[in-house]
Amino acid sequence: MLAAHLDPLAASLFSLLAIASLLLAFVMLGSRWLKDYMLAFAAQSWLIGLLSALIGYYGGYRELYWVALLTVLFRGIVLPWLILRILRRLRTARELHVILSTSTSLVIGAAAVIFALVVGMRIAADLGIASTVVVLALTVMFSMKLIGFLMLTLRHEAISQILGILVLENGIFLGTQILVPGMPLMIELVLLFDLLVAVACFGVLVSYLLAHIGSTSSHELRRLTG
Amino acid sequence: MSLGLRVLILLLAPLLVVVLGLAVRRPRFSEYLNLAASVATLLIAAPLPFAAGLPATLLGGYLIVDPLGAWVAMCVAVVYLLSSIYAIGYMRRDVHRQTQLPLFYALLAGFALTMLAAPLVNSIGVYWIAIELTTLVSTFLVGFERNAESMEAAWKYIIVVSSGISLALLGTTLLYWGGTFVYGETYRLTWASLVQAAPHMPPVLLKLGFLLTLIGYGTKVGLAPMHTWLPDAHSEGPAPVSAMLSGALLNTAMLGIVRFLAATDAAGQGALPHTALVVLGVLSLLVGALFIVRQTQIKRLMAYSSVEHMGVLALGFGFGGPLGVAGALYHMINHSLAKPLLFFGAGNAMHRYGSKRIADMRGVWRVFPVSGALWLCGAVAITGAPPFGLFLSEFTVLRAGWATPYLWAAIVMLVLLIVIFVGFLNHFRVMYLAAPARAPANHLADESVRWHAAWRVLPMALPLVPLLLLGLWWPASWTALFRIIASALGAGP
Repeated sequence: MLAAHLDPLAASLFSLLAIASLLLAFVMLGSRWLKDYMLAFAAQSWLIGLLSALIGYYGGYRELYWVALLTVLFRGIVLPWLILRILRRLRTARELHVILSTSTSLVIGAAAVIFALVVGMRIAADLGIASTVVVLALTVMFSMKLIGFLMLTLRHEAISQILGILVLENGIFLGTQILVPGMPLMIELVLLFDLLVAVACFGVLVSYLLAHIGSTSSHELRRLTG
Repeated sequence: MSLGLRVLILLLAPLLVVVLGLAVRRPRFSEYLNLAASVATLLIAAPLPFAAGLPATLLGGYLIVDPLGAWVAMCVAVVYLLSSIYAIGYMRRDVHRQTQLPLFYALLAGFALTMLAAPLVNSIGVYWIAIELTTLVSTFLVGFERNAESMEAAWKYIIVVSSGISLALLGTTLLYWGGTFVYGETYRLTWASLVQAAPHMPPVLLKLGFLLTLIGYGTKVGLAPMHTWLPDAHSEGPAPVSAMLSGALLNTAMLGIVRFLAATDAAGQGALPHTALVVLGVLSLLVGALFIVRQTQIKRLMAYSSVEHMGVLALGFGFGGPLGVAGALYHMINHSLAKPLLFFGAGNAMHRYGSKRIADMRGVWRVFPVSGALWLCGAVAITGAPPFGLFLSEFTVLRAGWATPYLWAAIVMLVLLIVIFVGFLNHFRVMYLAAPARAPANHLADESVRWHAAWRVLPMALPLVPLLLLGLWWPASWTALFRIIASALGAGP
């Protein structure tokens, strides 16, 4: 596999981009302003697009240039724009109800990264792969997954929940690029398209929520129980 | 007719409803077009599992028709037809929203299309996308009534299921990665290539990939403790949609779990996956039993019954072996026949009494004797009482469990099924026999005009015939089919 034998420059570039993406996930976890989430998500998508292009270059996968271009276009421009449109319709600019303080959620996020690192090291050891890039990719993939779930559970605003799901998917996408760059192009394209449709659906639902419940905070969603 | 043509009609019929219905935009036209499409779908899908020359791949290997997938597609088509009949009576009642009917039927047919396609796709990645699409389409059906409750249900549904199913995507990625150790960097991950590669994959990736897909698709199946979206979505959508969600959708997601299970079995790593599936099955039965006994709302009662029956399916496949697989498959079709009947009865009762609460529904015998009698038969059937099909299938699953190391699970299943039997039918006893607190008579006068009784009673009577038949007689050709499926899954002799 590609990630197991890389030249040092490529390895350090990949690592840098993966770690920067993880840091941006922490920016989202640490901020309460909805617009910050959106910007951090857009930046993360740009980094992942850049990563795809670099992997395409170093691994000789031509089709990854397309993936990179479409990632930047869809995840880096169209999705943030869609989310910005939803944001403009909302009356809230930030999370009002917090379950945990920002610092506590950052600490939990850090614990999640350590857990992900342990799991990633175990897997790499089982596979007999010594490459740090593989361990790093697994760590970032799992920890973005955990941080996404953390955002989904700790945040109430509809927009934060959408972004939580997008972070989950970004984590998988980043891991996929490094671990299985040969994944058929069609699958990746359809996944990108699927994400776009999903966010459009979310947008429609958010406006329905506003119209019929008068709020986009899941705090208000407590009629159905038992 | 060649297999390719049949599959083409199967997928084109609902697609036609989406396109033509939205182009013409006439309520009656959409209604009948959808009905015709659902009849065509069932006519094609019902004999499909028994077709000669299966498994066959179509469209350059992108579609696969194997007995297992065709079986699930058949269950989808059964529920689609029943829901299409019932929807005509149910949706006509609300005279103010007739202009939205073309949209409703387009969504319903689109939902059916995604559910018919999912069992037939031959790529694990595309299967994931098909399942995700079922969510996106059905969200708008769940929220179709556009009130606060249904919007809440739709939001919870899309968020919980999308985040859950992203775990299945992670699992799929790990399995693809495992496959690269066998096939090299780029290959097509089909169901067959997964099973072939599984024995040579690093076990850690195979097991982790399976567990992640189990949790991911298990969210969609509604296995406890990932079932939280299910009672909300099933209770707040229109009754025909609830029937589609419960009778059809849950099976299509279960199919994915079963196919991944076959891969771990092929690799000889089946112990952990089977245990995980059995544990989730027992948990689902437990959650179903607890919430059924103390339920206050009629459609949530039916929804928890779905959690219970998905638990039975999980146990059947988890126990494994030819008997477990046969019991689970038999249970799948029985559940698909019985559950629409119950949701339709609940829909009728909700309209008649103008309430969702069981406590408001009293004296059902007197208020609507005919559909009330059918509803009661359905309730007896769904709790697994003889002489209906669910008794046979639950008994078969139980027998399969008896011979495995999961004897404890079979015993717990038996106890919980009895608890559910008593708890479920107790609600019906009160609804039918207790004296009405207040007469719903004032409703009836103007309702009788818009009642559309035939459309609402026929789809309740239709499934009772096969349910009774399947309870008395297990078709020999089905036994042969189940044996083929079980050996294809690596569970057969």
